[in-house]
Amino acid sequence: MKLKGKAWKFGADIDTDAIIPARYLNTSDPKELAKHCMEDADPNFIKKMKRGDIIVADKNFGCGSSREHAPIAIKGAGISCVIAKSFARIFYRNSFNMGLPIFESTDAPEKIREGDEIEVDPSTGVIDNKTKNETYHAKPIPPFMQELINAGGLMNYVKRKVA
Amino acid sequence: MTITEKILAEHAGKKEVSPGDLIMAKVDIALGNDITAPLAIEEIKKVGTKNVFNRERIVLVPDHFAPNKDIKSAEQVKILREFAREFGITNYFEVGRMGIEHALLPEEGLVLPGDVIIGADSHTCTYGALGAFSTGIGSTDLAAAIITGEIWFRVPESIKFIFYGKLKKWVTGKDLILYTIGKIGVDGALYKAMEFTGDIIDNLSMDGRFTMANMAIEAGAKSGIINPDDKTIAYVKERAKRDFKIYRSDKDAHYSEVFEFNGNDIEPQVAFPHLPSNTKPISEVGNIKIDQVVIGSCTNGRITDLREAASVIKGKKVHKDVRMIVIPATQRIYKMAINEGLIDIFLDAEAAVSTPTCGPCLGGHMGVLSEGERAISTTNRNFVGRMGHPKSEVYLSNPAVAAASGVLGRISSPDEVD
Repeated sequence: MKLKGKAWKFGADIDTDAIIPARYLNTSDPKELAKHCMEDADPNFIKKMKRGDIIVADKNFGCGSSREHAPIAIKGAGISCVIAKSFARIFYRNSFNMGLPIFESTDAPEKIREGDEIEVDPSTGVIDNKTKNETYHAKPIPPFMQELINAGGLMNYVKRKVA
Repeated sequence: MTITEKILAEHAGKKEVSPGDLIMAKVDIALGNDITAPLAIEEIKKVGTKNVFNRERIVLVPDHFAPNKDIKSAEQVKILREFAREFGITNYFEVGRMGIEHALLPEEGLVLPGDVIIGADSHTCTYGALGAFSTGIGSTDLAAAIITGEIWFRVPESIKFIFYGKLKKWVTGKDLILYTIGKIGVDGALYKAMEFTGDIIDNLSMDGRFTMANMAIEAGAKSGIINPDDKTIAYVKERAKRDFKIYRSDKDAHYSEVFEFNGNDIEPQVAFPHLPSNTKPISEVGNIKIDQVVIGSCTNGRITDLREAASVIKGKKVHKDVRMIVIPATQRIYKMAINEGLIDIFLDAEAAVSTPTCGPCLGGHMGVLSEGERAISTTNRNFVGRMGHPKSEVYLSNPAVAAASGVLGRISSPDEVD
């Protein structure tokens, strides 16, 4: 199934405190966290965005804390995926583990403008910009991580191991 | 092989590994706190298992919003407490016995050289100072590791940092790591292991080494590591309750990059808002007035840090427009500080002294900033809104600079305090 939505652009080094400020971390309820998604990067983000929309950012997205609340807040808000030039490593792992699709691409964040209609095919990593009629390619997902996805995520993989 | 590759090879049951290899590694210690462990515990309960991989190798420390700052935080901590009881987790540290996790675990001898340590806290990289492979992960990874005792890794490339020469006065481990992050940027070591070496590191105290490894994550690194030496062994010998193994990098080990830094070039550093890489030497800071000083955290709340701060502020008063908050990182450090007269020095200077907590570092409690306020802090992050209002500012420094700034009411060198 393709992921479709409008692009919301962010800069480099968007940290986990900007994605979900620590003042809201006294809960792990996705609905509560979603209300404050990206609040310290753009206080109006959650009002502007619609379900299915896509975050497009520069390098090192999700740097800082290990809080899984960051991808949970993004997924909870209804963002369908994040495209960035690169991701901080803990955020990268967390996103896979809790099922937020993320894509690394050098050209997509350069060329996509805010508001562009974007369509991503998660199985091929092909990113279509419907507004500009352009196509970009995400870096392929490492085979081992693809295996984890196929197993239904890390905890399903563990469940099978324990059973 | 590098020390990192050797430790990972051993824990994956392999003779050797190379950067890029995907491995399944055995975990020696798995750590969680009051923010991250509740999510992990929820996942463990979903699996329905009644067993963990090893009841003595799981560590749970409520330190972020503990002592509980509100009802929701109290509920989070309760999840940890009840899980620890139900599963017989021996290393659950309650308020009064706890400390900030990354100061507490080495002090308790729970983390040792040669270990593979994972923690659902990004500053888990601190234990690399002991010559362990230690890295931060998220709650789901923690849940999986608590059940299976294993975790998958991509073997990281290593970057070698050589610090040579002599340290200038007032320059500490904090300044070395801030200087390094300033040079390579907040993603300068993304996915990689940072190996700190050289005469300066050999001469650095264990506390200074912990501070350096602690902030490897601020350069995007998977881990920071220091080859164990006599100092390391002396530190762990009196604390360890199990065997440990010493690994060291081979002379011909391969590094993706090598950086050499001369101690003569390094002044005390201050990281300006809003990134830890935004560093300036203290001589170029200019006139920056402050409202609050925080001395503490997993980065700089150890006894050496408190001694350095106290040596600057002894006999002085905190500036009338400034609030200074001092937080010893563990109960043991707190007691040492009392016995050494350091707490008297802080109280006489009109600083507030708190029980161990991460509180203000992440804008949780115990010193949250209002709109437009500015703090100098010995913590590790100065992101937007990190210590409170999104329009507040955080400057990062070592404890002596923070203490001097508290006295003068503006960011200052300890040399300016007479």
